[in-house]
Amino acid sequence: MAALQQVQEEIIAEFVVFDDWMDRYNYLIELSKQLDIIDPRYKTNDYIIKGCQSKVWLNAEYNENKVVYSADSDAIITKGIISLLVRVLSKRSPKEIIDADLFFIDAIGLRENLSPTRANGLLAMVKQMKLYAIAYNAKFGNR
Amino acid sequence: MAANHLNMFDVKKIRDDFPILNQQVNKKPLVYFDNGATTQKPSSVANEVLAYYLNKNSNIHRGVHYLSAQATLDYENARETVRSFINAKNSDEIIFTSGATSSLNLLAFSFGEKFISPGDEIIVTEMEHHANIVPWQMLCGRKNAKLKVIPFDNNGLLLLERLPELISEKTRLISVIHTSNVLGTVNPIKEIINTARRHNIAVCVDAAQSVQHLPIDVQELDCDFLVFSGHKVYGPTGIGVIYGKEKWLEQLPPWQGGGDMVDEVSFDKTTYNQLPFKFEAGTTNYIGAAGLAKALEYLSNTGLDKIHRYEQSLTEYAMKKFKEIDGLNVFGNVSGKACIFSFIIDGVHPLDTGMVLDKMGIAVRTGTHCAQPVMQHFGVDGMVRASLAFYNTTEEIDYLCQGIDQVKKMFL
Repeated sequence: MAALQQVQEEIIAEFVVFDDWMDRYNYLIELSKQLDIIDPRYKTNDYIIKGCQSKVWLNAEYNENKVVYSADSDAIITKGIISLLVRVLSKRSPKEIIDADLFFIDAIGLRENLSPTRANGLLAMVKQMKLYAIAYNAKFGNR
Repeated sequence: MAANHLNMFDVKKIRDDFPILNQQVNKKPLVYFDNGATTQKPSSVANEVLAYYLNKNSNIHRGVHYLSAQATLDYENARETVRSFINAKNSDEIIFTSGATSSLNLLAFSFGEKFISPGDEIIVTEMEHHANIVPWQMLCGRKNAKLKVIPFDNNGLLLLERLPELISEKTRLISVIHTSNVLGTVNPIKEIINTARRHNIAVCVDAAQSVQHLPIDVQELDCDFLVFSGHKVYGPTGIGVIYGKEKWLEQLPPWQGGGDMVDEVSFDKTTYNQLPFKFEAGTTNYIGAAGLAKALEYLSNTGLDKIHRYEQSLTEYAMKKFKEIDGLNVFGNVSGKACIFSFIIDGVHPLDTGMVLDKMGIAVRTGTHCAQPVMQHFGVDGMVRASLAFYNTTEEIDYLCQGIDQVKKMFL
């Protein structure tokens, strides 16, 4: 699997061709369709990320020493953004996820979505993904 | 004729007084449709606040020196400007707070301390902003009192015929939103007050979304209390108002203790200052008050009647345009509604709509608009809200309609 660094650079390269926001959003809409959708049985309040204006459900499983994420959202652009996060962070070791510097967010112009008050709660998403990694690291990290 | 009012109002000239409107966001001309959240400020307001910090600042009351005396004079003149703006009987009936939310919390505390006993009842409406629900709920919790709710129908019309059955001999207060911040409905306050009078019930009017849209005369309304925020009426943030009839305010105990609100203080006993100072503990936002006075002067000079007519024309224009758009649901279509339009495009999340409109330069708000019971009424998680002001134009409404088409193209 490509390094975390490299996947982020691929994403930046994909976005750099768009100079118009509508094109960027259209691309996120496309990406939203590629998200590994969460199993419907996890689409409950227990799996909702708080702090988002849209509903975001996130689940993480531990498989062969890797954290595997699945998610969904009722808002499409949000879903597109999650698909990017999953693409970068999923199927990696907990430690890699905990240490990840997600520079691509800034580079593709989504930084404003990182502010704590921003409705789509990208910050809350990243935090929740890292929390899962921390939890799995605590549970299995020493094996 | 709507068209006449649109033409008679020199909106271009008005816009020159609001420099913030003349800018691009996301490389598009700004269309500011988030006036329900806060309004922009005319230069006269911004200049006054700046002049204060640069040349006039000094703490009010108590000071013997020149600047303090001038600032005190300005502050009390601002109180007089507010009095005149809502036609209160005297300026002692005007209390400065930090905003409508603070005003309602003060009232819930002070009125509750004095007049609410276990088993008593307070009535609000189903379309209240959270600020006119939660303080009363907290009071009910403290005093073991009960909160009752006047419902509204799917057009956003208050079901006033339900009011008589909600009133009992235990009802002490009706606190009602004048203009809904979601539906735009202008509630029949006068009718509610007339009913309340027959039962000796006090009425508090939340005018946070009405005082900037239509002329208000508290004596004619005969309301007992009325609250609003400075920043929603083209004034600075952090300043708000309670109007209360003197006979009520005299009876209410103070909310917060501190400087300025006292007469004599000793460790045995403290006596309180007279109205309105009894309710203004500590250093008040006197610069906010001076700015607010400039905002109200601006509105009075422009003419609230003229503003109201122009905004009503904008409303008619917008509602007509919205009707032509397939799949657009506008919530609230009571006639005479304010220029507040909450909507959902069928099949598109409000957040997606808001994010795309933002990139087109259109500032709208998405979410529950601090009125979750209204969302529950319609069974939705959120709405997009375009809330207009008298500096907005029909061209901007047309552009919003284009924006909605763009959203539909992208998501449907």
